[in-house]
Amino acid sequence: MKAIIAATVFGVILMFAGLFVKEKKSVASIAVFLLFALLGVNVWELATTAPTETLSFFNNMLRVDRYALGFNTLMTGCTLLYALLINKEIQRVGSHVGEYFALIFFILCGVYMLTTYNNVLIMFIGIEVLSIPQYILAGSDKRNLKSSEASLKYFLMGSFSTGILLMGITLLYGATGTFNIIQYTFLQSDMLSPMALAGILFLMVAFAFKVSAAPMHMWTPDVYDGAPTPFTAFMATIVKASAFVAFMRLFSVSFGAVSGDWTIVLSIITAATLFVGNITAVFQQSVKRMLAYSSIAQAGFMLFAVLAVNATAWEGMMIYAVAYSVATIGMFAVMMKLKDYTYDGFNGLAKKDPVLAAITTILLLSLAGIPGTAGFMAKYFVLLAAVEQGKMMWLVIFALFMAAISAYYYFRVIIAMYFKQGNPEFNSEVTATDKLLLLITVLLVVLLGFAPGLILHV
Amino acid sequence: MMLTLLILVPLVAGIISFLAKENAKAVALIGSLATLGLAAYISATCSAQPIDWSMPWIPRLGAQLSLHADGMSAMLCLLTGIVMPVVFISNWNKEVENTGSFYGLMLLSQAGITGVFLAHDALLFYFFWELALIPVYFLCSRWGGEKRIQVTFKFFVYTFLGSLMMLAALIYLSLQTPGVNAYSWENIVRAGASLDPVTQQWLFVLIFVAFAIKMPIFPFHTWQPDTYEQSPTAVTVVLSALMVKMGLFGVINWLMPVVPQGVAFWSNTVIILSIIGIVYASLVAIVQTDLKRLVAYSSIAHMGLMSAAAFAQTNVGMHGLMVQMFNHGINITGMWLIVSMIEQRWGTRDMTKLGGMATSAPRMAIALVIISFANIALPLTNGFIGEFMLFNGLFSSASAYRITFMVVAGLGVILGAVYTLNMVQKTAYGNIVEMKMQKDLTANEYAGLAIIIAIILFLGVYPKPLLDMTAGVANMMMP
Repeated sequence: MKAIIAATVFGVILMFAGLFVKEKKSVASIAVFLLFALLGVNVWELATTAPTETLSFFNNMLRVDRYALGFNTLMTGCTLLYALLINKEIQRVGSHVGEYFALIFFILCGVYMLTTYNNVLIMFIGIEVLSIPQYILAGSDKRNLKSSEASLKYFLMGSFSTGILLMGITLLYGATGTFNIIQYTFLQSDMLSPMALAGILFLMVAFAFKVSAAPMHMWTPDVYDGAPTPFTAFMATIVKASAFVAFMRLFSVSFGAVSGDWTIVLSIITAATLFVGNITAVFQQSVKRMLAYSSIAQAGFMLFAVLAVNATAWEGMMIYAVAYSVATIGMFAVMMKLKDYTYDGFNGLAKKDPVLAAITTILLLSLAGIPGTAGFMAKYFVLLAAVEQGKMMWLVIFALFMAAISAYYYFRVIIAMYFKQGNPEFNSEVTATDKLLLLITVLLVVLLGFAPGLILHV
Repeated sequence: MMLTLLILVPLVAGIISFLAKENAKAVALIGSLATLGLAAYISATCSAQPIDWSMPWIPRLGAQLSLHADGMSAMLCLLTGIVMPVVFISNWNKEVENTGSFYGLMLLSQAGITGVFLAHDALLFYFFWELALIPVYFLCSRWGGEKRIQVTFKFFVYTFLGSLMMLAALIYLSLQTPGVNAYSWENIVRAGASLDPVTQQWLFVLIFVAFAIKMPIFPFHTWQPDTYEQSPTAVTVVLSALMVKMGLFGVINWLMPVVPQGVAFWSNTVIILSIIGIVYASLVAIVQTDLKRLVAYSSIAHMGLMSAAAFAQTNVGMHGLMVQMFNHGINITGMWLIVSMIEQRWGTRDMTKLGGMATSAPRMAIALVIISFANIALPLTNGFIGEFMLFNGLFSSASAYRITFMVVAGLGVILGAVYTLNMVQKTAYGNIVEMKMQKDLTANEYAGLAIIIAIILFLGVYPKPLLDMTAGVANMMMP
């Protein structure tokens, strides 16, 4: 609750900072400072809440539990890491640096609402608060046609899915007479009216849009490719992971009892997402587009957490969100240092800058899910949840096949860096600070790979 | 504590090698010799009383850091400990680019392989299983032959897919006995053995694929000849002498006791595949002209015989298998070393362009002959005792087709003699082909081969130490 207020206030402060502070660098520094403060607020809120305590606000429209606070803190930490690694590139997107950071703060506000809502209306507001700044960010490179196209495409698709979401909420209200997600738990399979079932299905489709699950993923590659790269890094990681938590909160908490009715649909969506994401990623020539498709593929794994409907799934979601976000943000940070975003642009990086290449390798190994990295633990936990649930062994094995395919496109970057000749050109110099931050990122990845308990017990 | 050192010493030495750049050779040699000392000490002490070590790791998952050395795993650690310094010694005069990274990665792979042999916790086993693969991937792709990138990549994806299948099975098994030690070997075995036969058959397939790809068993072998051919010799030794043993070790330790009903159901199929592999690989080996490919196919044939004996499920076969795992590791290391020396001196591996080694480099030719004899299991070499026990085990198995198995596998051995002796004849005798580098064995190569040959002859005459070491485990696995 405090974090929601703080994020909003800080966002407003930054908008004004953009007016009064002319120097781009200073604005960025203010933003980083405010992110530190926001992280502090989150930690404070987490520390003052007892492990089993849940707090309600606004007539029980928000329900803050320990899991949500832990997730918020971690995502704020990831945003801070993102801002530290990428703020130079953000400054280069255009002249409205204050606004860009303000929008990021508003998105965080949406994230906090999505992890704590207890009422589908708050969920709806949260999704809008999360989405609208993204439409703007996608189009922030105004003179670039691709960026404008991305923005418009995203906006049209996004509003379309919002319409479906509202329709689902309406149908559910018609069936149950309530917006409260706890009261949806009284829905039982033997008394599920067609109206409620249609509502659940509509909500599922709307969320599948937001988390870019196949076949509702069509917008993702174009938007991620067209949007300015620094913002793609944010949209593909923290925002997506948060949308997943909202998805889980509704489907695990409210519709857990009727999971038999929707699991099969979501299983098919999961299989399709894994298939489309991985197979299409294989054929990409640009690392940026590959990362866009890889984000679809990784979404396929995160869908397992929604599907499993058990306690392990919540842990899996938490660690997957962090592992995937940290590794992908690191990958984007490295890629943005290079002039050429194709695989050939990475040729010979190991010779030119061995440290950077080694860092990239570990991040890629984590994305591929090799043991000893956070990515392995993430995949492990979501699959463990699915096996525990017991009815989807076929899907787990299918997912593992797809994971083997994913090694193909992640390793292409490693092959380019180490075994091909070339002289990669840098956009900007890789400073010692950049390297230090990237090393911290890698350290986090490895640490979580050996001791996932560190973030599971927050 | 000794067991953790066995993994930590190569790990730390590997990291130092990365930083040591030009002095990496010395670091690697010292590190590997220290490991050998440790391995020898553990082998000498553990056959009477297995050594255990464990500490908590991820309690939420029921995984712990738990190591266990019985006769078999200590023997394999000893093999790893012997092979590594031998490779380093024989390569001493060879210049490699990026010395530091090369030796660093070699030692890291040693740490991973040793970890696989010692792990007594399924998740830890899986960790080491993958961690052994990554350095080898980099070694092959960085220092290999012309087609190295595609070939190594195929190898990587193959094995990665296999291990993921195994992971699915391990997760399933660990959930059968939830608790603090769900992944410990004892619990996995208990969980697996209590499942109904059909589930066990499924789990068998999932786990077996991982091991079959690593060994490799026909028809999962397609990555192997290419990878062996393209890798630098030092790495080929790691792959063929040590990593294939990971597959066999997995079968003995993590498959047979875990899903006994699955093994009973599939054993005939696996034996048939293995025997097809023996004959097929031997026939292909006969027509090879490239030395490396010839040895690669001969290795498939040998692995086929070992896996057939493993699935024959007899005490003597199991005991022979353990002995033969060690012997095969030693022999194939010697084989690769000689092939690499030939390539260095004549600049080719094509047998049709070689000849007359007995005249131009007599000491090398003698070494080649002895190692080849060991390879075809002539009496008085170490290969004989192992292969004899393997055939004995295959013959005394309960299978209805044991006579057929025996006859066809025996045919493979005869074919083995054909291609090995043919190779000896073509390279050591015949027309004398001029060497590029007029030199018989150098001192370091001499030392490396001498160690190998000494072991071959010693174990050929007096195999008792090896038999004693593994008897306990063999009796436990197959009473």
